[in-house]
Amino acid sequence: MIRINCPFCGERDHSEFAYGSDASIEYPALDASVEEWHEAVFLRENIRGMQSETWHHVNGCRSWLVIERDTMTHEIKSVRPAHNGYASALTAAPKDTGSEAGEQE
Amino acid sequence: MTRYSAWSVFKNGLSGHKNWGRAWRDPEPKTEYDVVIVGAGLHGLATAYYLSKNHGVKNIAVVEKGWLGGGNAGRNTTIVRSNYMMPGNRDFYEHSLQLWENLSHDLNYNVMFSQRSHISLLHTPAARDGAARRYNTMRLTGTDAEIWDLETLKREVPHLNYNNARFPIMGAAVQRRAGSARHDAVAWGYARGADQHGVDIIQNCEVTGVNRDGGKVTSLETSRGTIKAGKVGFAVAGNTSRLWGMAGLGKLPIETHKLQAFVSEPLKPLLDQVVVFGVGGAHFYISQSDKGGMVFGGDLDWYKSYAQRGNLPIVQDVAECATSIMPCLGRVRLLRHWSGVMDMSMDGSPFICKTPVDNLYLNAGWNYGGFKASPASGWHFADLIANDRAGRKIEHFNLQRFERGINIDERGAGPDPKLHG
Repeated sequence: MIRINCPFCGERDHSEFAYGSDASIEYPALDASVEEWHEAVFLRENIRGMQSETWHHVNGCRSWLVIERDTMTHEIKSVRPAHNGYASALTAAPKDTGSEAGEQE
Repeated sequence: MTRYSAWSVFKNGLSGHKNWGRAWRDPEPKTEYDVVIVGAGLHGLATAYYLSKNHGVKNIAVVEKGWLGGGNAGRNTTIVRSNYMMPGNRDFYEHSLQLWENLSHDLNYNVMFSQRSHISLLHTPAARDGAARRYNTMRLTGTDAEIWDLETLKREVPHLNYNNARFPIMGAAVQRRAGSARHDAVAWGYARGADQHGVDIIQNCEVTGVNRDGGKVTSLETSRGTIKAGKVGFAVAGNTSRLWGMAGLGKLPIETHKLQAFVSEPLKPLLDQVVVFGVGGAHFYISQSDKGGMVFGGDLDWYKSYAQRGNLPIVQDVAECATSIMPCLGRVRLLRHWSGVMDMSMDGSPFICKTPVDNLYLNAGWNYGGFKASPASGWHFADLIANDRAGRKIEHFNLQRFERGINIDERGAGPDPKLHG
C-alpha cells in the first residue's frame, strides 16, 4: 500500500485515490497542429524513476493532486494541490479552531 | 540434439533419466550477428525460431538480461483465445490460435495446449447483445464462437454462483477452441527449437546501450561486451520505453503498468474451462492448472509502475471477485501471487513495426494479452525483420496509427493506457 499525504486530509491509503496521468503533459492550444495534439494525447516518456503525476483524492476531499513519485520504488517525494488556486487557499485558510479534538496538526 | 519421442523417453528410462542432453546451448556471445533480438521472452524466442525456420536467417542471437522466460512469460495466467472483433486484431489472433493448435508438434515439445473453452459470463441483456455482435463477427470471419443459454452453462459449469440477485448470470459467450497452455514449456520449446536452428540464446546479458551511426543501429552495448548487429529487434515488454530511450528515440504511445496474478494450493479437478467474469467494475478470470492450482487474476494496479510487486487493494478486489463468482473457493488458500510489468498501449493494441531507425524493429505494447499472441507475434515479427516490410496481418500494428486516427481500440476505452484491460 502506498501512503499519500493529502495536503487537505492528511496521510491516507492510496486506495482512496485514483491515479490520473503524467503531470508533465501540457495540452496545446485548441487550434494547435495535429502533431502537437498527437504528442500530448498519445505519446509518453514513461519514466522509470521519479516522475510527476496527477492523482485524484476521489474517496476523500475530491481534489486533484500533483505527486512526485518513483515509479520503481513507489517512494513519494512531494505532494501538492494541482490547482494553484487551491494551493493558495490552503495557505490562506484560517486555522481550524479545534471544535473536534484530535484534528489539530 | 535429441528428438523427443516415446522411444527417447523409454531409452532414457533405462538409465534412470540421468543422461538427457541439454535442451539448448549456453554460448558465449560472438562479436557480430546478422540479427540480434533483445529479450528472451516468448515473443523474442518465437521471433528467433521463426526467423531461422521460416526465413533461413543463420546468424541470430537473442540477448536476455535475466534468464529466458523469466519475465512476463513466467508471470501470466496462460489464457489463449482469439475472441477479437476489430479488423486488424481478428485475423492476427486467429492466426495465433491456429499456430497454437499445432505448436507442440511443430516444436517437438509438449506445450500442454489444452483447448478447454473460454467462457465469458453474461449478466445483462445489453452484455448479451454486445457479445452476440462480437461473437457473430467472429463466426463470419472464420473463428468459432457460441452463445450459451443459462441451462447449457449450468450443465457445463455447475458450481458458479447462480443465486446472485444483483448480477444474475444469464448465459455465456464461449469460444471452444480457446484454452490455456503451460507457459514455461512454451518458452523452453521455442528456446530449444531456436537453438536447434543455430540461434545463440545469451542469458545474463543486459543491454546497456544502443550505438547508432545516424539512421542505423550499429551495435549493442551489453553486460557481456559489445555486440555488432545487422538488424535489431526489441521484444522487451514492460521496458520498451527504456530501450527506446537508449536508442535515442523520444516518446512512445506506451505506459508501463503492473498486473498481478494468483495461484492457489492444488485442488482436485474443479473447473474444466477458463471462466471470465466482468460486470459492474469487476474483472476476473480463472482456470485450473494441470497441477490443480486455481490460476486467476483481475485488473491492473491502476497506477503506473515498473515494480514487479503488487499491492493489497487489488488482492482484495480479486479475492472478492473469486468468492462472488465461485463461493466454493472461499476457504482455499493462496499458494503464490506475483506481478509483472507490461506495456499498456494507448489503444490496447500492440506494435509490430518498423521504427524511425532503418534496421531497428519494434515488438511491443501487448497490454494484458501477450501470452496468447506469442506464436503469431514471433511469426510476423520474423517476417517483418527478414523482409523489411509489414505483412498484411500486422499492417495496422504500427506507431503511426494514432496520428492517422485509426486506433484499434477493442474496448472503446480511449487514450488512457490503464483502461485497456
